[in-house]
Amino acid sequence: MRQSQRRRLAMFGVVSGPLLWMIAFLFIPYAVMFAYSFYSRQFPAIIPDFQAGNYLTLVTDPQYYQVLLRTLKIAVLVSLAALVIAYPLTYYLVFKIKSVRLRSVLYIAVIVPLWVSYLLRAYTWKTILGSEGVLNSFLIWTGIIDEPASIFLYSQFAMVIVLTYIYIPFLVMPVYTALEKIPRNLIEASKDLGVGHWQTFLKITLPLSVPGILAGMTFTFCLTMGDFVAPFLVGGPDGLMIANVVQVQFGTAFNWPLGSALSIVMLVIVLAIITASDRFERAGRLDLG
Amino acid sequence: MTESATTLRTDPGNGLADVRRWRRFGPVKLSDHALMLAAGGGLLFLYTPILVLIIFSFNDNRVTTLPLRGFTLVWYERALTNGDMLAAILNSFYVGISAVVLCLLIGVPSAFALDRFDFPGKALFRRFALLPITLPGLITGIAMLNMFRAMGMDLSLMTVILGHGTALTAVVITQVFARLQRFNRNVEEASSDLGAKPWQTFFFVTLPNIRSAIIGTSLLSFTLSFDEIPVTFFLIGRENTLPMYIYSTIRRGITPEINAIGTLIVVGSLVLILLSVYLLMKEDE
Repeated sequence: MRQSQRRRLAMFGVVSGPLLWMIAFLFIPYAVMFAYSFYSRQFPAIIPDFQAGNYLTLVTDPQYYQVLLRTLKIAVLVSLAALVIAYPLTYYLVFKIKSVRLRSVLYIAVIVPLWVSYLLRAYTWKTILGSEGVLNSFLIWTGIIDEPASIFLYSQFAMVIVLTYIYIPFLVMPVYTALEKIPRNLIEASKDLGVGHWQTFLKITLPLSVPGILAGMTFTFCLTMGDFVAPFLVGGPDGLMIANVVQVQFGTAFNWPLGSALSIVMLVIVLAIITASDRFERAGRLDLG
Repeated sequence: MTESATTLRTDPGNGLADVRRWRRFGPVKLSDHALMLAAGGGLLFLYTPILVLIIFSFNDNRVTTLPLRGFTLVWYERALTNGDMLAAILNSFYVGISAVVLCLLIGVPSAFALDRFDFPGKALFRRFALLPITLPGLITGIAMLNMFRAMGMDLSLMTVILGHGTALTAVVITQVFARLQRFNRNVEEASSDLGAKPWQTFFFVTLPNIRSAIIGTSLLSFTLSFDEIPVTFFLIGRENTLPMYIYSTIRRGITPEINAIGTLIVVGSLVLILLSVYLLMKEDE
């Protein structure tokens, strides 16, 4: 009795600190942001008048929903491109490299860039893709083109390249875990039964790695949704993304209520996608038995 | 494709066997090579930009363009004598170290609670605690900005520290939690059987056992804080952190000075991260 009481006390001591912190710095801020999204701006003041006008603006003003649609498009493209590059790489690591040591060294080499300065990795692309940049001068130097091409930088294309580059490790990690978990005898059995390599891949390896693919694409998608640095560095006039619009509301436009409403919309989309992908993943796992 | 098909057909005797062999081994080898190429290409894609960043920090040319002109250290000299940049670096160290301390103070007990205790609302607690990793950083930044302003707090490095503490605690929680899950609890039971009080068991048995995970996750959180932009952007006052300084400099135009300081950051980050990966994977005694 005394012991269980003491245990409860210890538990209370351990949990209460983090709990208070999370209430103060996560829960309350989100709640305040939610409240702000119903305020209105009557320059130069922000009036707490609780109305849905900001959300109405987002739905009716094409400027906003077009940016949102563009952001979704870029996020889809980035997740797909990252998958196309990450999957063969990961597959190769898991199935073709026999030495365990070499495999883990290469795996770490792929993952490490993830934590190396995001800003600098994005910045260096600006120096690569610019009109006097590395790519252009290389192409001229080798005689492939005569004049610098300006199409590389300041475009949606540049944004997709940079974001793909940045988020590849996010796909490699879950796909690696998924591929590693596939029992080898399943693949051998399939081959013993005379099923070709491609068929084995399509019918066994690929379906079993779907949970990893899904998790990675979800990560990539959500992070791309919230990115404002890549559009700022390499996006052109048609490269504005939703996060940039939010950023402007809290800066020069000084419309915090609208910015908060946009953030809430982003939050809802991201949470919806995470929840959906979680469900799918779980359903997939059940299928495997 | 058609060419190889016709050459096979010119020799009907061995043709069939060749076709069969091609079926059995050909595509495998072909796809093996293609796979290797794709994997190599992927790695190249990941590392070329980092190499470009480093190479041009030593190139004797104001413009980052090929061909290379010659070796110089002038960009390093300029970067390291740039007062604004040095101030920003100091601020980043101050923010990073303070944020790591905060993250540990909140993250280690959280991970401990998630591993050991069953309490009402545990699932919700876990979800909320891990939210900042899954959500775009900018949302965390904006939410905190709204609150600080509602409270009438001025933005400063202090608000940035609180922001980083909140955003990066999730990193500490996941890693310390993972280590606690692998931890053999018999040792703790033995300790308490031998008469140690719970706090003694924690400080003399549990903590030393998760020490390398804690150091590893601290290094990683520090690196992340040192490079953080999305949260910092909204919570920064008048004083810049290094990434914010670089961000505002790039707006005005590219200079190889950024490559120089960037190279130092990248190399420093790489060292810290590799160390942290090593510590996180290592098993303590």
